[in-house]
Amino acid sequence: MTRLVDIATKVRSKNAGPFWLTFDIFCDTPEVFARVCEALSSERVAAMLHTDAASLKRFEIADLNVLKFSLPRPYVQGTRLDRDMHGASYANLLAEMDIN
Amino acid sequence: MTRVLIPTGALGLGFDRAALARGVAQRPDLIAVDGGSTDSGPHYLGTGTSKYSRGTVKAEWTALMEARAQARVPLVIGTAGTSGADAAVDWLVDITREIAAETGQRLRVAVLKSGQDGAAMAEALARGRITPLWPAPDISGELLMACTNIVALAGAEQIQAALATGADIVIAGRTTDTAIISALPLSQGCHSGGAWHGAKIGECGALATTNPSSGVILIAFDAEGFVVTPMGETACATPYTVSAHMLYENSDPYLLYEPGGHLDVTRARYVALDDRRVRVTGSEWVPSDRYTVKLEGARQAGFQTVSLALVREPRYVENIRAWCDDVRARCTEQALASVDGDFSLELRIIGADATLGPLDTGARIGSEVGVLSIVTAETEALSREVAKILNPYLLHHPLSDDEPTPTFAFPFSPAEMSRGAIYEFCLNHVLGLDDPMDAFRLSTLEIGA
Repeated sequence: MTRLVDIATKVRSKNAGPFWLTFDIFCDTPEVFARVCEALSSERVAAMLHTDAASLKRFEIADLNVLKFSLPRPYVQGTRLDRDMHGASYANLLAEMDIN
Repeated sequence: MTRVLIPTGALGLGFDRAALARGVAQRPDLIAVDGGSTDSGPHYLGTGTSKYSRGTVKAEWTALMEARAQARVPLVIGTAGTSGADAAVDWLVDITREIAAETGQRLRVAVLKSGQDGAAMAEALARGRITPLWPAPDISGELLMACTNIVALAGAEQIQAALATGADIVIAGRTTDTAIISALPLSQGCHSGGAWHGAKIGECGALATTNPSSGVILIAFDAEGFVVTPMGETACATPYTVSAHMLYENSDPYLLYEPGGHLDVTRARYVALDDRRVRVTGSEWVPSDRYTVKLEGARQAGFQTVSLALVREPRYVENIRAWCDDVRARCTEQALASVDGDFSLELRIIGADATLGPLDTGARIGSEVGVLSIVTAETEALSREVAKILNPYLLHHPLSDDEPTPTFAFPFSPAEMSRGAIYEFCLNHVLGLDDPMDAFRLSTLEIGA
C-alpha cells in the first residue's frame, strides 16, 4: 500500500484568509504528478474532508508538478469549533491517503 | 526602474541584518514591510492588539528606521500592529515616536487609518454598497454595529497618497499585503501586472527563495516585469521557488484580487538570469469596473474557560471516549439545573484526535491522553462557573459506580484557565467606493528631536 506521503515531495495545507483552506501537493516528476492527479479525484478528497466536490477548487499545475485544492474552511478560522488556527494540520489527512 | 527592498515577511518575525545592509547598498527606492495578517486568528483584530512582543517589534523597527536613514528613501509598513486596526496603528506610532526621540531623528510620518465606523458600515450595507464574497457569513446592520473592529484593506492608491505627502515613514492600518510594495512602481509607470505580481512574490520576504529565514529580498520593477534578487548570502531565487510562491496562502494560484482589479499570472514567464536571480514578464493586470475594498471585521463571541486534565491509567485511557461522553453529559445536566444563560461544553482528547476531530479516522491513542475542556458562555462569570462544575468530574469521575474513585492529573492550580473574551471573524465582504480615499483617513505628523 502506497500513501501520498511516500511519493510526494511535500504536502502542505494553510489558510488562504480566514474563510479558505488550501492544499498544495508537490511532486518531483511528471510521472508522480500524473499518478497523484489520477489517484486523488476531487470526489475522493472532498469525501475525506466531509464536504462535496462542487465546493472544491482543483488546479493541476503541470509546470510545477503541483496539484492544488482549495475549499471553504470546514470551520471559519478561530470560531469555537475550529481546532487548527493556521490550518496546517489538515495536510496530514491528505498525506496519509492511499495512492494505488 | 523602481527597486523595493522587503526586509522580512512580517515585522517581528526577524531577518538577517547583514542581508538588510546588502539590500541598502543596492540603493532601493523604498523599503516596505508587512506588519500583520489575519493568520493568527480573530483575537488581534477583535482587540486591536499586537501578536508580537513590543520589544521585538521595537528592535526590528529601529533597525529598519536606521536602514531608511542610510538609504534616504521612504519606509512603509502596512497592516501595522498585526491587524491594522486604528489602536494597533497608534501602538506602532508610539513606538516610532520613542525610537525617533531616542535616536535623535526628526521625521515626517504619514499615518493612514483603515478602521471603519460600525454605524457608517451599517448605513453602507443598507445602501447596497457592501457585497458578499464566497463564502460569506450572513450580516446585518446590528452585527456591523456589534463588531469591536472593522477594517478596510487599502490598495495602491491609498499608499500612493501617503507617499505623496513626502513622508519619511508611512504607517498604514490594514492594507493588502501587496499594496505597500506595488504602490511606488505603479506610480512611477512600471508595468502594472509586473508591479502586482512582483509585490505578491516579495510580500513574504525571502519565502519565495531557497532560504526563507534570510528574510530580505529586493524586487526591481520595470516597464515589462520584474527581477527578484534575494539579499541573503546563501538564498537563491529560481523559476521554481518564484512561481511556486503564487500557491502560498492563495486559494487560486493564478489570480489575485486587489482594490480596483485583479492580477492574472496565467501567462507569466519565469526566466533564471543566473543561479540566484529570476526575471518575470507576462503578468497581466485586469482593471475592474467598480472600485472595491475588502472588509474584515471581528466581534465578540462569548467568553471561554479551559481546563486540562491528564489521564495515564491504562483502563481509563482505553475507554477515554466513553469517559468523556459521560463526563460531558453529567456536567451539562448539572450545570443546566443550576445556572442561567447559554453555554457550551466541549471535551477534546489530546493524544487522539484533538487536532482534526472526526475527520481523523485513523487516529490512534498512546499511553496517556490529555482532556482539554472548553466552556464557552455568554459571560466570563458563567464560563468560569460551568468550568468549576466540571472540575470534580475531570478530577474524579469513575468509569462505573462500583469502583474506587480515581484521581487524574491536573497540571495547574486552579485547574480552570480563563481565556477571557473570544472573537470571531464575521466579514468576507467588499465595500464599493466612489473615491479610493473615501474609507481611509490620512494625516501627517512631525516627530522626534
